[in-house]
Amino acid sequence: MLSCKEATRLMSEAQDRDTTLAERLQLEMHLAMCHGCRNFRRQMDFLRQACRRFVRCSGADANRES
Amino acid sequence: MPESALIDDDFIADIRRDLLKFAQLQLRDAALAEDAVQEALAAAFAGQQSFAGRAAVKTWVFSILRNKIVDSLRQQARSTNVSALSDDEAGLDEAFEALFKANAHWRPEKRPSGWGDPEETLREQRFWDIFEICLNHLPENTARVFMMREFLEFETAEVCHELGITVSNCNVILHRARNGLRRCLETSWFAPGERPC
Repeated sequence: MLSCKEATRLMSEAQDRDTTLAERLQLEMHLAMCHGCRNFRRQMDFLRQACRRFVRCSGADANRES
Repeated sequence: MPESALIDDDFIADIRRDLLKFAQLQLRDAALAEDAVQEALAAAFAGQQSFAGRAAVKTWVFSILRNKIVDSLRQQARSTNVSALSDDEAGLDEAFEALFKANAHWRPEKRPSGWGDPEETLREQRFWDIFEICLNHLPENTARVFMMREFLEFETAEVCHELGITVSNCNVILHRARNGLRRCLETSWFAPGERPC
């Protein structure tokens, strides 16, 4: 059973590599029971979204006329 | 539209400002950022490139700037030990450990909160000011790795390779960066009372 601390590492790594099926199952089981970690995952997704948006709004993206 | 009308002084000044902001955030050194931007602009307009509008010009200059930033980061990495733990970084790790009880589950008062509707937040100009402040708060090496991954969108393996660190170290640094940023935003933007839901 994953601890919250281990779950946060896995959720961060999931943004950088393909996690294994076993890791995903463990994580999903943990998330099903842990509200704090579900929020943590949404926060990780938010960070990625914010970074992408930041780059795009700097004008570094092809699809945006300044 | 002829090129001369497309690329006027105002437009260059505009682009320059955006380029500088982008480079400064990642290099954390005004002189290095200035150099990278100067070189990018010079390289961008040296060729006989023709562009289909201002957006295309901007994209082109930014793609050159990215390469200049990577060159600069690579050089910085050579003169510093990216994997050494600085005091700032040790501080972030301690703060992270303090979020958990002895059994490695969240302390109730430290549990990550809901951040509401992301779209709504991302539309707020003030949020971006805080976001930048929080990015600047990250320790230097932590920020360098994070920026390469999230802003320059390198694969993790490439980041490790460029900066000469192991994959597991890279993962540790990225986790540290994300958690540091997350906590900074949580206290500076999503603090109770200001929480959107």
